[in-house]
Amino acid sequence: MPEPMRARPKPTPETQHFWDGTRAGELRLQRCDACAHVYFPPRPFCPSCASRKVSVFTASGRGTLYSYVINHRPAAPGFTPPYAIAVVALEEGPRMMSNITGCPQTPEALELDMPLEVTFEKLDEQITLPLFRPAKG
Amino acid sequence: MRQNQVAVVGAAETTELGVIPNMSQIQLHADAALNAIADAGLKLSDIDGFATAVETPQQMCHYLGITPTWVDGTSVGGCSFMLHVRHAAAAIEAGLCKTVLITHAESGKSMIGKLPRSIPADSLQGQFEAPFGVYGPPSMFPIPVLRYMKTYGITHEQLAMVAVVQREWAAKNPRAMMKDPISVEDVLNSRMIAYPFRLLQCCLVTDGGGALILTSADRAKDFPRKPVYILGTGESVETPMVSQMETFTSSRAFKVAGPLAFKEAGITHADVDHLMIYDAFAHLPLFGLGDLGFMPHEETGPFIAAGHTRPGGKLPLNTNGGGLSYMHSGMYGMYALQESVRQMRGIAPAQVPNAKISVCHGVGGMFAASGTIIFTNER
Repeated sequence: MPEPMRARPKPTPETQHFWDGTRAGELRLQRCDACAHVYFPPRPFCPSCASRKVSVFTASGRGTLYSYVINHRPAAPGFTPPYAIAVVALEEGPRMMSNITGCPQTPEALELDMPLEVTFEKLDEQITLPLFRPAKG
Repeated sequence: MRQNQVAVVGAAETTELGVIPNMSQIQLHADAALNAIADAGLKLSDIDGFATAVETPQQMCHYLGITPTWVDGTSVGGCSFMLHVRHAAAAIEAGLCKTVLITHAESGKSMIGKLPRSIPADSLQGQFEAPFGVYGPPSMFPIPVLRYMKTYGITHEQLAMVAVVQREWAAKNPRAMMKDPISVEDVLNSRMIAYPFRLLQCCLVTDGGGALILTSADRAKDFPRKPVYILGTGESVETPMVSQMETFTSSRAFKVAGPLAFKEAGITHADVDHLMIYDAFAHLPLFGLGDLGFMPHEETGPFIAAGHTRPGGKLPLNTNGGGLSYMHSGMYGMYALQESVRQMRGIAPAQVPNAKISVCHGVGGMFAASGTIIFTNER
């Protein structure tokens, strides 16, 4: 029997640039050309001022740990419990859900506000996920 | 809306609550509806307005044999029924219908005739939450808790006390699923589900349903039960993605819906005799107490830990035992409304003496939506 797979995102026309970015090793966000609001998840207009003039840019990939749970049960397909489901506060302002790699999945290792940096995990030829790890140095 | 122009004249839950392996979901709706009709002394043909969530109005009206002139299929999660009450009150006042039936039921445990919840891979949730291992409400709803605890200095023991106190209320309620007393140690030693929450801080999973019947306050006096008037209402939505809430230290939907209801009711917090705050998980009463303005968020944990919400306390909260101990079929809002109506009728198993004003606050999804209804038994 094949291993159960992690839920695989399916891009839409409005989110394709984000998934093209992760595949290229970039975390892409959007900024409003009119009011400079930086936002996520992707959409072709500014949710703050409704302008359709928005630009895609590559974020720094730096952030901090805003909050998380360590999920024990039930585990999602493709995950081995316990694993942390985290929300990362990006340096540019938006927050995004992710996982924290490269450290134990324990309350002791996962301190709120700890600095994080993006890392990319390739699921297949189309989809690469943005994950985060404790920032180096 | 004007105060006290619409009243609840029928209210009932399904005949059984808990594990009901001999009924499909739509039959649970019908069981609750028929009980509410009998409670109000009405016939189904008297119903001209209908609201429900998840199941559609057309599904349930056909099954029940109702021909409505007004329907509401608002489906925003567990507080949908608070929104139905608000919308129904407006519709009755506007003359769109006279007698509204609101039904809820779920075969949440037995899963008979219940559509599975699925998240499309090309939805925003499917792209930006599902790939990171969220799997059902226990993995999502508690995500804000650690930030809330750090910001306000809330402790694990205080969050455990939410479950302890609600079990005290449940012990007084013969229909509660879980009635045995528990301690803070029991809660903190129960099975880990999604840190920081353990089994006893997560809601039950049960079968059941409930139904309400509303009509104008002028007609309400002719019904067999003591009318329970709608004094104030509020509603809002924020986001279907818990990761995208404006902040984890407050719920924007709570902060819109709650104060709207208080303003419409024209009451202060000191006027509240009885309070229901939808408790799918143990942090929700804390968010509710803070966002509804009962106290600063810093004080919510200490307030519950000091016993002020337990039987005999100054602010009786979740007096049926709540979603943690009474029942939780998946969308709990209807059961909170039922308990508020029982308290206002003076017939609750754990009756708050002389209660005249009840605030009933609901959440939908993971802080995605909110509805607040304020009831009174005095006009």
